[in-house]
Amino acid sequence: MNVRLYVWQRATAAVMAPLVLGHIAVIFYATRQGLSAADILSRTRGSIVWAAYYGIFVAAASIHASIGIRNILSEWSPLNERRAGLIAIVFGLLLAALGARAVAAVVLS
Amino acid sequence: MTDTHEELAVSLWRGSEDGRYQAYTVPRRESQTVLDVVTFVQRHLDPTLSYRFACRVGVCGSCAMTVNGKPRWTCRTHVEKVAGGGRLEIGPLENLPVIKDLTTDMEQFFRKWQQAKGVFAPSQTRHDAIAQIRPDTPARAAADAAIECINCGVCYAACDTVRWNPGYVGPAALTRAWTLVNDERDAGNTARLQAVAADGGCHSCHSHQSCQQLCPQTLNPTAAIAGLKRRTAAAYLKGEIEA
Repeated sequence: MNVRLYVWQRATAAVMAPLVLGHIAVIFYATRQGLSAADILSRTRGSIVWAAYYGIFVAAASIHASIGIRNILSEWSPLNERRAGLIAIVFGLLLAALGARAVAAVVLS
Repeated sequence: MTDTHEELAVSLWRGSEDGRYQAYTVPRRESQTVLDVVTFVQRHLDPTLSYRFACRVGVCGSCAMTVNGKPRWTCRTHVEKVAGGGRLEIGPLENLPVIKDLTTDMEQFFRKWQQAKGVFAPSQTRHDAIAQIRPDTPARAAADAAIECINCGVCYAACDTVRWNPGYVGPAALTRAWTLVNDERDAGNTARLQAVAADGGCHSCHSHQSCQQLCPQTLNPTAAIAGLKRRTAAAYLKGEIEA
């Protein structure tokens, strides 16, 4: 871990903190109101706001988690920093792709 | 010292990295320290036992060992405080190569002080007037972080991050760096912040706080490292140092 990764991990954590609270609020709202999948998709499809909300969330989570994975691999596995970094980048790209696919599924009509 | 006619069951590490614990019986005495126990074994039971000590009064920092699983300064650790059930297991410090018995090679510990730029970089010469430092400024108070450090290596041996990441410079070197970062007379801060911001520097710390829990001088390396994290992050964002 160096100062560049530290700043990115803290910054993405700061971005995610309010987004997590909003995400939980949305879950409570959707379940309490008894919204169906069709109801939810009718609100999210074509919405730039929801696309931005979850798009930023996915990007921040991918960066944050991959830095953490790099740390865990370099400390708890025999991998050196370089190999741990490469695996972490692949992991982050995979998270970003899966997240982007999920966001596309709910905002693109 | 008064002999209490009781006995201690003592296990001492013998050999190098591939050594083993060996059992000894040592008379229990009043106000007995762990260093007294080790010294008794060396003087009366086995003169080939190797261990390191000098001052015996908690100043020199050379007698630290692992006592019943925790790193301690043995000269100031009373047996009655650590020997539960009259048993003592004494080994060399963790996270350092064992030379023989209770003696470790501390070369890496002191090399990492150099790596973290734990050396004062003077900003004036002997011909300048003596610097006037106000004792009540926040920087002067923060500079106290490592002033009482005796380089015993207890924090380094207690640190899980050092165990997992041999490249980590460790709590003692970083606390020393934090003291110098806050020293108004020092002129080496850019290089120092650059050194502690690299891989293996202050950002590797997980804040487990074993260092501050076990530091015999009751220093708080975790707080000093947190200070370095803040200071280096600010310097990085301002472009004063590079990643």
